[in-house]
Amino acid sequence: MSAPTLLSLRDIKKSFGAVQVLLGVDLDIKAGSVTALVGDNGAGKSTLIKCIAGIYQADSGQMSWEGQPVKVANPKAASAVGIEFVYQDLALCDNLDVVQNMFLGRERKRGFLLDHNAMEVAARDVLTGLSVTTVKSVRQPVASLSGGQRQSIAVAKAVMWNSKLVVLDEPTAALGVAQTKQVLALVRRLAERGLGVLLISHNLEDVLSVSDSIAVLRLGRLVTQVQRDEVDSQQLVELITTGRLRGELASDALRQAGAAAQSSTSGIEN
Amino acid sequence: MLPVLVGLVILAVIFQALNGNFLTPGNLVNLMVQGAVYMLLAMGMVFVLLIGEVDLSIGFIGGVAGVIVATLIYGDAGNPWYTGIACGLLAGTAIGIFHGLIITIVRLPSFVVTLAGLLAWNGVMLIILGNGGTVPIQDPVIVSLANGVMPSTIGWIIAACLIVLFAADNLIADRNRRRNGNAVRAPLMTYVRIGLVAALAIAIVGLCSVNRGNFAPVTGVPWIVLILLFFVITWTVLLNRTAFGTYIYAIGGNAEAARRAGIAVGRARVLVFGISGLMGAVAGIIYASRLRSVSTNLDGGTLVLYSIAAAVIGGTSLFGGRGKAVHAILGGLVIAMIDNGMGLLGLSAATRYVVTGIVLLIAVSVDALARRGGANAGLS
Ligand SMILES: Nc1ncnc2c1ncn2[C@@H]1O[C@H](COP(=O)(O)OP(=O)(O)O)[C@@H](O)[C@H]1O
Ligand SMILES: [Mg+2]
Repeated sequence: MSAPTLLSLRDIKKSFGAVQVLLGVDLDIKAGSVTALVGDNGAGKSTLIKCIAGIYQADSGQMSWEGQPVKVANPKAASAVGIEFVYQDLALCDNLDVVQNMFLGRERKRGFLLDHNAMEVAARDVLTGLSVTTVKSVRQPVASLSGGQRQSIAVAKAVMWNSKLVVLDEPTAALGVAQTKQVLALVRRLAERGLGVLLISHNLEDVLSVSDSIAVLRLGRLVTQVQRDEVDSQQLVELITTGRLRGELASDALRQAGAAAQSSTSGIEN
Repeated sequence: MLPVLVGLVILAVIFQALNGNFLTPGNLVNLMVQGAVYMLLAMGMVFVLLIGEVDLSIGFIGGVAGVIVATLIYGDAGNPWYTGIACGLLAGTAIGIFHGLIITIVRLPSFVVTLAGLLAWNGVMLIILGNGGTVPIQDPVIVSLANGVMPSTIGWIIAACLIVLFAADNLIADRNRRRNGNAVRAPLMTYVRIGLVAALAIAIVGLCSVNRGNFAPVTGVPWIVLILLFFVITWTVLLNRTAFGTYIYAIGGNAEAARRAGIAVGRARVLVFGISGLMGAVAGIIYASRLRSVSTNLDGGTLVLYSIAAAVIGGTSLFGGRGKAVHAILGGLVIAMIDNGMGLLGLSAATRYVVTGIVLLIAVSVDALARRGGANAGLS
């Protein structure tokens, strides 16, 4: 792969008291592509991205950003590095309008007063740049938007800040078919603009339609990270549920299938 | 904001029909002065309600501030009025911040912490007042805060300045929005807005310029009108045009989203309780000024309940995230109207409570309905 690797995780471990949730996860995320993270409920996906976000601190393991080791101490540090997060819920304030939401916490000011004009122009530009055309007025309260529009606003908000990596946790879980399509198209456009995207999703159809590479997490271990065209839906289900492909360890099976060498499938022998 | 305006008109019509004295200039000026304490308290309450909290203590915070002012300036060797007021305001703000810190650090519900405050500061007020029970206020400046008037000429000059400022601000804002290709309201709407504000300012000063004395002539604009104006403008600018104002709305709308956006939610909450404490103190000082004394009779519990009612009747949501400083003025006016109108009719306090209760219930229902019709949120 020619695209530079943005973020690599090596041997990330995390436990809560006696509960070991992550048992050594390796993951590589490249710029300009959509990396999907799939796995059953409780596999540890949310825990993993909270470690990336600095909400949790990993117990051990290395994290490197553009080849350099980094430590993300808190969510602010994550956005300083260039990582933004979009959550399934709790992302927007219903009573604020689109512009206020997109600039929340990072308002533009003139003196100590807000520069409403500049923010409105910038918000519109970002939405136009991402072809989010269904939002009629950026001055309407977010409460009046559909689920898909809201999620689009949340995504647009994430890319406003010169971010290089956008992490989306189940962004379409609460959406209908048409709105899911709308958001997935937006996710695709982010990658086309050169951003790295990490997409967590339950919905394999979505994952297969939008991602370039797929990482499978099972019981706190990364089973494998494969290119999109190396697997089909059935194989993916098998990987998620059993961690194996046709009874063989996933990594061996893929190697035998002549898959392109993946850099990050170590650490799964057990 | 529409429901409360409609309510004001309905109340005015009813009371005027029942007693022809209701809409006389003298009584209307009275209304503004009578409502001032509720309005000032309610402005503080709007802030706490906006972040989805409540402050039951501000009535007695006002009591404590009033007692501090009265005691400090009392007697021949007393401090000057400005020292008294500064200490009173500082004490109110500090008490509010103290409540905010407990709520934030110990993670207790504001209802409980400020209920404790209501009891404790009532006690503190009584302790400072001691056995005497009453401290008179003679300082002419402090007495005139609630009782004094400025000459009508000065009132006209201030009104003219405010109208010009309001018009310029609106027109310049519209022009800048148009230049940037941003959404602008129709020019006609802007002129209507300016016209309405101008008409209101002229009506108020005009009303105050009519002689309303029964024996000796009385004219002039009460200073309290200017004080109310100062606070409503200050808080409106803070809420609409500063980042802190946006944070207050954000916390009330979705505190978790605000936190994830990097907003220091705890610090904002503490500051908001500081503001409500400050407004409690302002109201308490005005209350003392109006009575020309402070005494153990001050009922901070009723005051605070009335101020919550005023904020909600004015259009501020009990559920957080929706509200404006001007709601305090409108709601306070409704409450003062009910008090005043029913007083003119010779009805008992008991009847007034019943009517105020019914009006409050109607206002909360309107709020709840608006909330359910979520698409309209924020448009009111
Ligand atoms: N704060 C926590 N304390 C204890 N256990 C936790 C905590 N957060 C998550 N877990 C446990 O970690 C496991 C993985 O959770 P999670 O990362 O949310 O999985 P996923 O997002 O893949 O469904 C679950 O078994 C969950 O109960
Ligand atoms: Mg999860």
